[in-house]
Amino acid sequence: MNSVPMRDGYGQALLSLCENRDDIMVLDADVAKSTRTVWIRDKYPEKFMDMGIAEQDMVGTAAGLALSGMTPFISTYCVFLAGRAWDQIRTTVCYNNLNVKFGGAHAGISVGPDGATHQALEDVALTRVLPNMTVIVPCDAEETRKATLAAAAMQGPCFIRFGREAVPVVTDENTPFELGKARLVRNGTDVTVFANGALVYESCLAAEALAKEGVSVQIYDLHTVKPLDEETILAAAKETGCIVTAEEHQLAGGMGSAVAEYLVKNCPVPMEMVGVNDSFGESGRPEELMAKYGLNKDAVAEKIRRVLARK
Amino acid sequence: MEIRELIELAKTVRSDIVTMTNKAGSGHPGGSLSAADLMVALYFGDILKVDPKDPDWDGRDRFILSKGHVAPVLYSVLARKGFFPVEELWTLRQLGSILQGHPHMGSAPGLDCSSGSLGQGLSIANGLAIGFKKQHKDNRVYCLLGDGELQEGQCWEAVMTASQHGLDNLCAIVDYNRIQLDGTLAEIKELGDLAEEWRSFGWNVICLNGHDMEQIMDAYHRAQACKGRPSVLIADTVKGKGVSFMENDCSWHGTVPDDDQLARALAEINA
Repeated sequence: MNSVPMRDGYGQALLSLCENRDDIMVLDADVAKSTRTVWIRDKYPEKFMDMGIAEQDMVGTAAGLALSGMTPFISTYCVFLAGRAWDQIRTTVCYNNLNVKFGGAHAGISVGPDGATHQALEDVALTRVLPNMTVIVPCDAEETRKATLAAAAMQGPCFIRFGREAVPVVTDENTPFELGKARLVRNGTDVTVFANGALVYESCLAAEALAKEGVSVQIYDLHTVKPLDEETILAAAKETGCIVTAEEHQLAGGMGSAVAEYLVKNCPVPMEMVGVNDSFGESGRPEELMAKYGLNKDAVAEKIRRVLARK
Repeated sequence: MEIRELIELAKTVRSDIVTMTNKAGSGHPGGSLSAADLMVALYFGDILKVDPKDPDWDGRDRFILSKGHVAPVLYSVLARKGFFPVEELWTLRQLGSILQGHPHMGSAPGLDCSSGSLGQGLSIANGLAIGFKKQHKDNRVYCLLGDGELQEGQCWEAVMTASQHGLDNLCAIVDYNRIQLDGTLAEIKELGDLAEEWRSFGWNVICLNGHDMEQIMDAYHRAQACKGRPSVLIADTVKGKGVSFMENDCSWHGTVPDDDQLARALAEINA
């Protein structure tokens, strides 16, 4: 399977948006090569601004651009966007319900050797608690491209987080993407896995392994964390009777928490969660870290076995 | 409006500020009073182009109140300009009021942005100014900052951005009253040579007495005439200006007058 960094999908979508719309502005905070917004700088320099190493100012400037009628996309490393500029995102962008789009790059522990300072594991929690905010965690480069286009087509703030590493492209041009709607990846009857980001592919590998043991695993790509696709989650809980969530994020506050918050009130069923357990990351190769912190196919399979035992 | 009329209107605005914070039982009179003359000149001296009958008019200039806690002075000016009835001022900070404790865009007509978390306004103003230039529009943008607020690092990020983009459609105004919530700037965190700092970042710096209406009008006109770079008015002001017992006393940053104090304040303002 072809592997591509998700940020390539972000850059491709921005290129087509700049080609087709006059209102788009692309801002970066001195990491344009990493986020791929350098492609915009090179092809549409009049639509690109490098704000320097000043994330809070970048968010405020984007808010002003939105107030003037433009649609800004702003990107930097996810940890410095959702973390460092959180108050600006909260009080200036979300409170005003401004049309600012966020590209949180290099998210998750898979950013690897840079270590814990650069591994955003809290951003979904930080952004999904904000009123008016939409939060998307796509699973591959193609879905990131579609998510970016979907963000441009909607009104209001939208946060898209994606990783640094090349990950298998599991969707194609014809795979449907609907904002706020979980995408069925694999049919199954014993257990439902809601995964997003790189964990969608890992969940598929886990499901294939378990199929050999006679376990039938249903998988949804829950790319939109907010607004949550409650209808699909409820139906799945009723159908298979147990749930596993899988994400490259802290267990506390992430997509799994969002699913749990909904299910505990509406259809409590046994549930297990794959994620980082209240810890910072460290330097290492991405695949080493994903294994050590319980974020790969083996971790998903283990949680599936555990939840089935509780069913 | 003539200078003489602006001076008279500033008395009305100061009366509104002490009255509305008295009725609300909380709020920020000190910094509102220090900014009153600057705000009256901006809205009534034919500087800021707005239309109270069409608050969302696309061609209007924009005003960003970076020091959002002085909402009372902005609300008074907007009411006196005709954006909403003066009676609304007496609902400040009450449940269901259009006048939130800090400005909330959309709640009251005439507010161009919500604010209240300090240090953010100049970045927003920059974005507006850049957006207008990108769209070839001649709208201008004004942004009022507090001096204590300049302790926020983001302000200086924004100072660099405005200069980098040559935003001559932007005018920042610093209400330099030298007092913050906990004490004086000198006691808490001194700002250094403010004029020289802005100048060194490439701004057109205009220093003035922020309570002298002729100087204020002249400063706004000089800012409008400046091309190729942003302008900042560094306005020497007195916190609590116009009410003797409030002047230069940090305890009136976020304390409001009781009924007796209100009566004395109104008598002084309108003497």
